[in-house]
Amino acid sequence: MATYVVPRPNLTWKEKMYLPAIVAGMMITIKHLKRMLMGETKVVMQYPEEKWDSHMPEHYRGAPTLVTDDHGRERCVACQLCEFICPPRAITITPEEIPAESKFAKVEKRPKEFEIDMIRCIYCGLCEEVCPEQAIFLRKDYAITGTTRAEMKHDKAKLYELGGVMDGLVHKWNPKK
Amino acid sequence: MDYLTSSDFLFLTGTSLLKTFFLIFAVVLPMVSYTVYAERRVSALIQDRLGPNRTGFPLSLIPGVKNDWSPILGGLGQPVADAVKFLLKEDFVPAHVNKFYFWIAPALSMMPALVTLAAIPFGSTILNVPMVVANINVGLLFMFAISSVSVYGIVIAGWSSNSKYPFLGGIRSSSQMISYELGMGLSAVPVLLIAGSTSLPRIVEFQIQNGWLLFPYSNGHFGFAKTLLWIPVIIAFVTFTISMFAETNRLPFDLPESETELVAGYHTEYSSMKFALFFLGEYTAMIAGCSLIVVLFFGGYHFPGIPNGDAHGGLPILRHIPGTIWGIVNITVFFGKVAALLFVFIWVRWTLPRFRFDQLMKLGWLYLFEIALVNIFLTAGILAFTH
Repeated sequence: MATYVVPRPNLTWKEKMYLPAIVAGMMITIKHLKRMLMGETKVVMQYPEEKWDSHMPEHYRGAPTLVTDDHGRERCVACQLCEFICPPRAITITPEEIPAESKFAKVEKRPKEFEIDMIRCIYCGLCEEVCPEQAIFLRKDYAITGTTRAEMKHDKAKLYELGGVMDGLVHKWNPKK
Repeated sequence: MDYLTSSDFLFLTGTSLLKTFFLIFAVVLPMVSYTVYAERRVSALIQDRLGPNRTGFPLSLIPGVKNDWSPILGGLGQPVADAVKFLLKEDFVPAHVNKFYFWIAPALSMMPALVTLAAIPFGSTILNVPMVVANINVGLLFMFAISSVSVYGIVIAGWSSNSKYPFLGGIRSSSQMISYELGMGLSAVPVLLIAGSTSLPRIVEFQIQNGWLLFPYSNGHFGFAKTLLWIPVIIAFVTFTISMFAETNRLPFDLPESETELVAGYHTEYSSMKFALFFLGEYTAMIAGCSLIVVLFFGGYHFPGIPNGDAHGGLPILRHIPGTIWGIVNITVFFGKVAALLFVFIWVRWTLPRFRFDQLMKLGWLYLFEIALVNIFLTAGILAFTH
């Protein structure tokens, strides 16, 4: 292997003293300090007051939520596919029959209780991918906090509150549209 | 025996105790905790960050008070929070350490820094009591002797931890000390030659009469001898300050700690209040070092135009105001100067990278030592030539 001897630079006496270089370096740092004090540098985002929310892309994977369609009907039919695919088993669904007198009786099933344990959830998005009814979506909420374990378990009401309304048709079973 | 019961002795003891309590608990320890805060804020600002700007004082814990008080600048409660955190941490002593030395080392690094403060004249006089705890005529030598003891704290901590990184930190500390100590002692000699005394209050009085050593025209008089002496004084100041950085283990010479290579150096195995003592010791040593630089080169408590505590000197108009007020102003001026120097210490820390081990030894033995030695003869020559 060929070796290459890197030539040492010949320093002038000024460079050998180091002090001018040190002073130059200190001038650079004080300039940064001055710019921060004058408010000319704006790098830091003050978290609770300023957030990334407006910069988030549409496909951001935040907390999983349930959505209703434009008629106000819940899309979830309690097929439990998301419960089965969920890698950390965060989802627990209790299905129930829709009563015959209901307007949507032909849908046959709905979740009686839908729980997502946000301590277990890993935000992988498999539930959204697997859902045949496009009822579960990962929305942009990322700061899910709570003071108790019970609080961190999102129930059906909480999930619909976070999810809101999702317009549009379910294209999955109707590829021509 | 008569002296021990005389009112002179009781007065001396009482004022000394008062001065000590004032200096340590009212000035230096709060200053230490806010230096830590300043360190964090200044480092943050230099790196385009903000630093701790949230913590206020938790007044809402007191019944009846609704809001926490967060001062305009914000984060001024941070030192309080830090102290509480240190007190609540588990004081963990690893099983493999040498217990006796492990316990004694933090105290050994904190105590010398506090003791050196005794010789510092931090003010002129208040009610004819000189504002120096121990007015000894070998003040400077006392400072050098005691501040060097703090290296034992570091070496003993490194050795007793019985672990490789603290050990390396301790070894580095001892070799660092023998490299810079000579240069530091010798670079202060020109000041002693010019002032003609090793007593720190005497050096300050000399500077009040003849102008600060680093700003020789501060008393309003120009002079050829003074201007000529400026050259060795500046050289002495630069070498002394560089040595002081090494003495206080500050970057660019923080080899005993070097958190990037030795985890945390000599205090890797320490936790809770024992770690905090090292921390306090480092910053107290910084304050003591800055005080020494102020006393030697920046005229101590003197500010041009402001009278002394006995309402002498300064502008004639200001002498009508009682001397006690000027005594307090003098103390403020002194610690203002110290604070400015502390800022320079912090500023340097966040500008320069760490020296390599051999570079520090080379700097100490081959440059600082020689420059300081030649500087002594230069000063002596100029003094002999101009007198």
